[in-house]
Amino acid sequence: MSGQLVVGISDYKLARNPNIFVTYALGSCVGICLYDKQTKVGGLAHIMLPESSMFMKSDINRMKFADTATVDLVQDLIKIGADKRRIVAKIAGGAQMFEVQQGSAIGTIGDRNVVSVKNALHSLRIPILAEDTGLNYGRTVYFDLETGIMKVQSLSRSIREF
Amino acid sequence: MLNNYDELNDMQLDVLREIGNIGAGNAATALATILDEKVDITLPKVRITDFDTAVNALGGAETMTVGVLVNFDGEAHGMIMFLLNMEDAKAIMSILIQDEEEGQDEVLSELKLSAIKEIGNILGSSYINSISTLTGLSIQISIPYIAIDMAGALMSVPIIEFGSVGDKVMFIEECFSAEENNLSSNIIMFAEIETLKIIMERLGLEI
Repeated sequence: MSGQLVVGISDYKLARNPNIFVTYALGSCVGICLYDKQTKVGGLAHIMLPESSMFMKSDINRMKFADTATVDLVQDLIKIGADKRRIVAKIAGGAQMFEVQQGSAIGTIGDRNVVSVKNALHSLRIPILAEDTGLNYGRTVYFDLETGIMKVQSLSRSIREF
Repeated sequence: MLNNYDELNDMQLDVLREIGNIGAGNAATALATILDEKVDITLPKVRITDFDTAVNALGGAETMTVGVLVNFDGEAHGMIMFLLNMEDAKAIMSILIQDEEEGQDEVLSELKLSAIKEIGNILGSSYINSISTLTGLSIQISIPYIAIDMAGALMSVPIIEFGSVGDKVMFIEECFSAEENNLSSNIIMFAEIETLKIIMERLGLEI
């Protein structure tokens, strides 16, 4: 097994076991781990914004948005051997980093990202097995294709496994 | 027509560098007054980068960082962030406040947090005031917000705000250093592309 597969912002990666994905310092962004336990095929997406439909441009980066990234990652997973009926999800992130005033758009972006990810997964009929979302701190997410475990690391907090 | 940050030409970048110079210069003067010592600033850097580079721009993505965020609105839209590491935050506090809380290494007290927040507020206001004076634009700033977390998670806030169109963000970055106490900190300014256009037009540049 080589090193970890690093997933950037507005990016996703997929692979077969053995592989470990990592995406660093999720703030209001959301990390989406998708996994087919039987074939041990999986992927990790790091989305930044909720809806691609907010933007008119046709040349958008589909990996930036919750709705498009989720659909595309599932399609790509199927191509490398995942069975859509078996794909499950674990998600993390969507924090509110600064306690901004009520009603401010930046204050709610984390929540909106989480809602949009859940909607996208729901319409694909992908169950969410675990989530570590919201609150006010950054998260680094590791996702191991051997076990399907999502490991979440934050500053001044113990590591949690899901 | 300017639609994306990576379409800025050399002359426009020069103007932005000058904006940064004036804004941060003013903020540095304010910081020098607060610390009562000489504060130097680096030459401004206009960074037009992809999101991942921006996240890692100020040290590692996971480095614990103190960030104060100020939004500005009105005839110009953007954000200013004042960033420093924990050691420097503590050092500034020991200059400003007679420190009786030695030993509390991990956390900053409420009092210290609000003092740092106020410094961020003063620096952000000084920066914006100078832009406002220079351009004649009416700009309001928000109250300051503070967070202590991974640098990347803090940077993701302006990146999300200003990275919705295109795959690049632009920010103007300066580093302050106060050599007497060996302190350093950063101030960065993000602005909407429309705001950049308005500022440059006000300064007589053809867009």
